[in-house]
Amino acid sequence: MFIASALSGCDAPLSALAPAGPTASAIAELWWIMLAGAAGILALVLGLLALSFRRRSRTAPERLWLIGGGIIFPITLLTALLAAAIVLGERSIPARAGAMEVEAESSQYRWRFSYPGTGALPTDETLHIPAGRPVTVALSTKDVIHSFWVPRLGGKMDAIPGHVNRLTIQASVPGTYFGLCAEYCGVGHSRHGFQVIAHAPAEWRAFAAGGRP
Amino acid sequence: MKALRLHRELSAIWGAPPGWRGTISTVNHSDIGRRLILAAFAFFAIGGVLAMLIRAQLATPRSAFIGPEIYNQLFTMHGSIMMFLFAIPMFEGLAMYMLPKLLGTRDLAFPRLSAYGWWCYLFGGSLLILSLLLGVAPDSGWFMYTPLSSKPYSPGINADFWLLGITFVEISAIAAAVEISVSILRVRAPGMSLDRMPLFAWYLLATALMMLIGFPPLILGSILLELERAFGWPFFDTARGGDPLLWQHLFWLFGHPEVYIIFIPAAGVVSTVLPVMARTPILGYRIIVASVLALAFLSFGLWVHHMFTVGIPHMALAFFSAASTLVAVPTGVQIFAWLGTLWAGRPQMKLPMLYLIGFFVTFVMGGLTGVMVAVVPFDWQAHDTAFVTAHLHYVLVGGFVFPMLAGAYYWLPHFTGRQRTFRLGEAAFWLIFIGFHLTFFLLHLAGLLGQPRRIESYPEAAGWTWINLISSVGGFVMAIGFALFAIDIALQLFLARRAPRNPWGAGTLEWAMMTPPAPYNIASLPRVGSREPVYGEPDLANELARGEGYLGAARNGWRETLAVDLKGQIRHIIVLPSNTRLPICTALATGCFFVALLLKLYWLAPFAVALVALLGWRWAWVLGRCEDLGLLPIGRGETAPTHAEADDPPGWLGSGFLLLADATLFGSLLFGQVFLIVVAPNWRSDHMVVGSWLVIAIAAAAALLAGALARSADMRVERAIPGHLLLAATLAVSQWQAPAPSGSAAGALVGMLNGYGLLHIAIALLMLVFVCFRHRAGFLSAARSSEPRIARLWSDYAAGVGVVVALASQLPALLR
Repeated sequence: MFIASALSGCDAPLSALAPAGPTASAIAELWWIMLAGAAGILALVLGLLALSFRRRSRTAPERLWLIGGGIIFPITLLTALLAAAIVLGERSIPARAGAMEVEAESSQYRWRFSYPGTGALPTDETLHIPAGRPVTVALSTKDVIHSFWVPRLGGKMDAIPGHVNRLTIQASVPGTYFGLCAEYCGVGHSRHGFQVIAHAPAEWRAFAAGGRP
Repeated sequence: MKALRLHRELSAIWGAPPGWRGTISTVNHSDIGRRLILAAFAFFAIGGVLAMLIRAQLATPRSAFIGPEIYNQLFTMHGSIMMFLFAIPMFEGLAMYMLPKLLGTRDLAFPRLSAYGWWCYLFGGSLLILSLLLGVAPDSGWFMYTPLSSKPYSPGINADFWLLGITFVEISAIAAAVEISVSILRVRAPGMSLDRMPLFAWYLLATALMMLIGFPPLILGSILLELERAFGWPFFDTARGGDPLLWQHLFWLFGHPEVYIIFIPAAGVVSTVLPVMARTPILGYRIIVASVLALAFLSFGLWVHHMFTVGIPHMALAFFSAASTLVAVPTGVQIFAWLGTLWAGRPQMKLPMLYLIGFFVTFVMGGLTGVMVAVVPFDWQAHDTAFVTAHLHYVLVGGFVFPMLAGAYYWLPHFTGRQRTFRLGEAAFWLIFIGFHLTFFLLHLAGLLGQPRRIESYPEAAGWTWINLISSVGGFVMAIGFALFAIDIALQLFLARRAPRNPWGAGTLEWAMMTPPAPYNIASLPRVGSREPVYGEPDLANELARGEGYLGAARNGWRETLAVDLKGQIRHIIVLPSNTRLPICTALATGCFFVALLLKLYWLAPFAVALVALLGWRWAWVLGRCEDLGLLPIGRGETAPTHAEADDPPGWLGSGFLLLADATLFGSLLFGQVFLIVVAPNWRSDHMVVGSWLVIAIAAAAALLAGALARSADMRVERAIPGHLLLAATLAVSQWQAPAPSGSAAGALVGMLNGYGLLHIAIALLMLVFVCFRHRAGFLSAARSSEPRIARLWSDYAAGVGVVVALASQLPALLR
């Protein structure tokens, strides 16, 4: 696959298709499966469309078209897809037991991250997390709606005034990952990004103890 | 020659005077329909220019072409124009022009209402374009999320332009929906039972009913947000007990059905054009009707799929995810019905068919990505990225623009009476088709590579550069295609040869009249015995032109057409109002109201409302007559009464549909109250009304009194006035004692509830007083009793609303 190979690697720092954590990997896998299925269905429909212009004598069984093609075919496929999606969604549900929690406060146009329960001081524009462990991010906002998204580590979640939403992310290996605000938030929206640094255990202990990263 | 004489007589009755007088006074559905289509295309061109600017900006990384301030106005206006000023009015125009012709009749049920809607659309749309020219266009995105669109973060007039301009335009959508529903259910050719209607009419009926239920939540949301912006009523302000999520619910309660409101009429065009191209009747008429109704119903159950990332519990998301994927089933039924029809027939690759193939390819792809984003975990990645931008353009351009282009070429001979001579249509198709896919196909990938929506600048390192460059080039190719289409149409309007009467060999009634059509459509109404009445009756058009059907003679200078019941049995003659300047005057007065609010000239607004009420009075007063006419001949040896003496006149049904929309707005308000009480993080229960059973009891008694008094045997419904006055006094006193609306969301909600109740009581009182005057002037009799019955409907609604308002404002505190 040309596209797949083009997307893995460092030339795509924000690619959801170059996952670096379990949730992002599962969603990427789901995408490739859905893409294959969609391509198959598209080929079928367009094939039937093209063949209808070929001249031949035939009778059209109305039931086969409407009941078979229109009802049974999509219901079967959709049921399988939904079941897979619900299982996956349950697995990546926010606030998993045992996950450590950090706080992210967004505003126009900054991100401030704090680490309750550790000795670490709050950081601006950079979120520090331990690698290999699930981390729940508690999201809040000081002004308008923003959305926290680190494509390589998992899905996105909105920060909404008056509410605290939680999203669990996990980086499998230490490294720097990039995040951005996905919800339009005003004139600074396109520059409202941040980075996530996932630390190896020893490094993380030093950070959590209040050391400079 | 009889046909010619009849043509002259009917043209004199149904035509518009020449020049400006005719332009501002015509109420003819063909005129209004053509105008809506042309204006919608003009707005489409403006929206397209904005899209070109967006693509120019995004073609390269770190572009310095336009800054974020202007860019934000561009994408907000592009979305708003395409949704509200292009797609909806375009289909309304096609519906208004085409429906009476498809249904074998002469006009729609309420010609003045469609004219009023047209002017509201033109004025409201122009207001929005004006904001663009002045550089103060809305810039909070086309779904206007609060608090970004609230006063603290959007202090300028920009957001007010959106809220007031769009609401002004939505008046035309509600008017069109009432018009289309009543016309389809009541104004058809005799013998055309519902299951003999052309499929297109079924699609339009489903769409119109959806609009009546889909648009009110948006209208309510806009009113609430404007009240918050203008007077500080904090419906969406978390600090004072509101919640920005309420806006999202109200917006998507409208916004998702809206997508289907756009798609379903276009699917109706496909179901009309495709069988003709395949030279066979469509497969599965009844299953298609059922699937369209199912689609309309299901589309209201999935608004939350736009909100998968706002923090709603996962199992609730699973429900909406299931509902969202379920809509693929009725859509699938239609896709396979169309494929099966093509297989059963002998399809010909004529120009409309080419555009239909463009529709198939594009729309199926959009549908498949739609199923993907309905899957919750995947949406957590794809939401608010270029993937969604791509998806929605595949659905809207695939599902609306391509079918409409097919429809344009299919019906063009009907609009112009000419056939195409130049072969630009094919070239336009390939430019649009290839340009479209170049623009949007790779944007799916850009989204997965992390490109969010609504950014005006991106770094080179993100790896999106090549995709955006291709997309921009594609966008310009597509724009050239649309320009070529416009040129092609213009050439055909002015230069092409005359077309034969039924160039495609279609079976529906719009092809049984002269083209371009006369203002009265058909000189007499046919009796319809099948779904495709033109098939097998080659002489039908001439018979109708000679006046051999129903109403085949001019009478008293009346605009006459027939009302039928659901089975197609004749009920009565509708005598339609003639050309009048009332619609444009009322639209101007309505515009005064909106402009007064926009410019914060609040003292002017009550005068504008009074003027609208005065014109509304006049609107109703000029109809009717002072004597009973009894049964009149309608041709073919049959007789019927006029609608004034009928027991189920169109006005009653129209009021019913309007009240359905009104009740949906009220229901949305009650939903908002429950939502804020349950969800809002800082709900101030100490700011609620001190509940009183007495208020509820008095309101209930007053409402019962109004209802009972309106039911006297001699239809003197104005006797209900004291009941309404008591009810109004109760609500006014209750509001007097309520906390200030600007202090908390609780107070604002009670203020809004009482305001809604008092407004409806005022409307009911106005109607009851009107009926009183009509009695005195001799317009009413035992036979001519439709006006009191319509007034009673509104009176009953207002009484019911009064009780619900009392309950909703008092109960929360009482039950605590």
